[in-house]
Amino acid sequence: MDVDALYQEIILDHYKNPHGAGLRVPYEAEVHHVNPTCGDEITLRVHLDGDRVSDISYDAEGCSISQASASVLYDLLPGKTVEEAMRVLDSFAEVMHGRGQVTPDEDVLEDGIAFAGVAQFPARVKCALLGWMAWKDATSQALAASDQTLSDERGK
Amino acid sequence: MSAYDVEAIRKDFPVLARSLAGDRPLVYLDSANTSQKPRQVVEAIERHYLEHNANVARAMHQLGAEATEAFESGRDKVARFIGAPSRDEVIFTKNASEALNLVARVLGDGGIVGEGDEIVISEMEHHSNIVPWQLLAERTGATLRWFGVTDEGRLDLDDLESLVTERTKIVSLTWVSNMLGTINPLDTVIARAHQVGALVAVDASQAVPQIPVDVASLGADFVAFTGHKMVGPTGIGVLWGRYDLLASLPPFLGGGEMIETVSMERSTFAAPPHRFEAGTPPIAQSAGLGAAIDYLSAIGMENIAAHEQAITAYALGRLQEIDGLTVVGPSEAVDRGGAVSFTLDGVHPHDIAQLLDSRGVAVRAGHHCAKPAHRRFGVQSTTRASFYLYTTEAEIDALAEAIRYTQQYFKVG
Repeated sequence: MDVDALYQEIILDHYKNPHGAGLRVPYEAEVHHVNPTCGDEITLRVHLDGDRVSDISYDAEGCSISQASASVLYDLLPGKTVEEAMRVLDSFAEVMHGRGQVTPDEDVLEDGIAFAGVAQFPARVKCALLGWMAWKDATSQALAASDQTLSDERGK
Repeated sequence: MSAYDVEAIRKDFPVLARSLAGDRPLVYLDSANTSQKPRQVVEAIERHYLEHNANVARAMHQLGAEATEAFESGRDKVARFIGAPSRDEVIFTKNASEALNLVARVLGDGGIVGEGDEIVISEMEHHSNIVPWQLLAERTGATLRWFGVTDEGRLDLDDLESLVTERTKIVSLTWVSNMLGTINPLDTVIARAHQVGALVAVDASQAVPQIPVDVASLGADFVAFTGHKMVGPTGIGVLWGRYDLLASLPPFLGGGEMIETVSMERSTFAAPPHRFEAGTPPIAQSAGLGAAIDYLSAIGMENIAAHEQAITAYALGRLQEIDGLTVVGPSEAVDRGGAVSFTLDGVHPHDIAQLLDSRGVAVRAGHHCAKPAHRRFGVQSTTRASFYLYTTEAEIDALAEAIRYTQQYFKVG
């Protein structure tokens, strides 16, 4: 296998200098996800401003792929509406599950296109998706909590 | 050692001659995970299926008799190989995990471990010797207690007497750690356990493949191991237990072969070992395990242990020459098996394993099913290279070279 396809320079740069790392307040939901096969872990918080992703903060321990992926996630999603961000996630996940057959859209994924090579290494796909799945989980928890607050307020 | 011909041994393992992507020769350093299989074992399994296949015991025809003979002769070979006083003390399971779960289940069901009792294990156990005991503690209200591990990766025996007491009903310990490589001083622990009336189970998954084992002189009450780590097939494990103890314990799983008689009201159960072997057993796997034992015995377990010792000493030397590499576990080949786990400054184990794989070197990365042991040493995961009877010094050199390449690739070291 050609490891250079996996370890793009962009990925190694994000790994060495991760963007947005560290846990911050405020946040509406925090999740802890692990990759049970290897033990990679991430604690991730989301802060929503209405229907917009305001901040994503995280504390991750794991391989270069999982760390760089969380860094790219941070670059891409804050500022977007939740709906737009979910579409970016879908696009990233489609490339990851594409076994190298799906061409990534640079306009949507920006630095995330560097992960296209990961799709050829099935054992590493979970590493690349760890932060993204954590974000999806945290965001749906934050949305569920705000729906609950809204309905509580209406009930008053 | 001059009699030990590793090149001749390697010829029996066709997979070791394989080339991987990029036309790189395979360097298989993951034998603690599963060993490779010699032609003799694969052919024994093939011969069984092609010429003698039938169900055992209940098939009243010639093939049935042949299959029964193949299955039960595997049991005879295991019994002789581990020095079991009786063949009826050898129970076939599907792996070592099932063997340990069997012990934990029947000790609870048989009332030997109950509320207020204590179970003692260690921080260096594989998850298969942790989780069954956690589950038993939850079912019964017993308390789980732990031996610590020293900085050097040895079992901490300082509080042996306060840990193993009259409240202890079972001590379950690994013989050889799958992560640290440590060989534990079982004699000391067994003596203390028996002094206070506790039983002792030994996870010998990494021991039986590497060192001569004699369960009678060991003195434990149960010993568990698996076929696939000792050049045998997957799908068969072994639980050895003292006969009088096994005879006093209730069944594990219910089904065919484990009964004496069944009526609609109740059933009575067969004597050991069949009491603990419900359903169609691993027949071809027993034939394969028997062939594996013949193979190892022909080379001699003393010779295999000496080779393992020598190759581990060589590996510890070569690896510890590398700047930024830290061995987690005993740093010298004394009371030590052939698994070496390490960390490398600046590169995560997954990335190390990936780079090594690109050079044809197969190792394991992660927590090796020993998360508490990793936490003990403050690391989330390690890279593990493990050796066996077919490992050569040239393969260790290839490992060291590939680690240096990894450091250059990630611009560390």
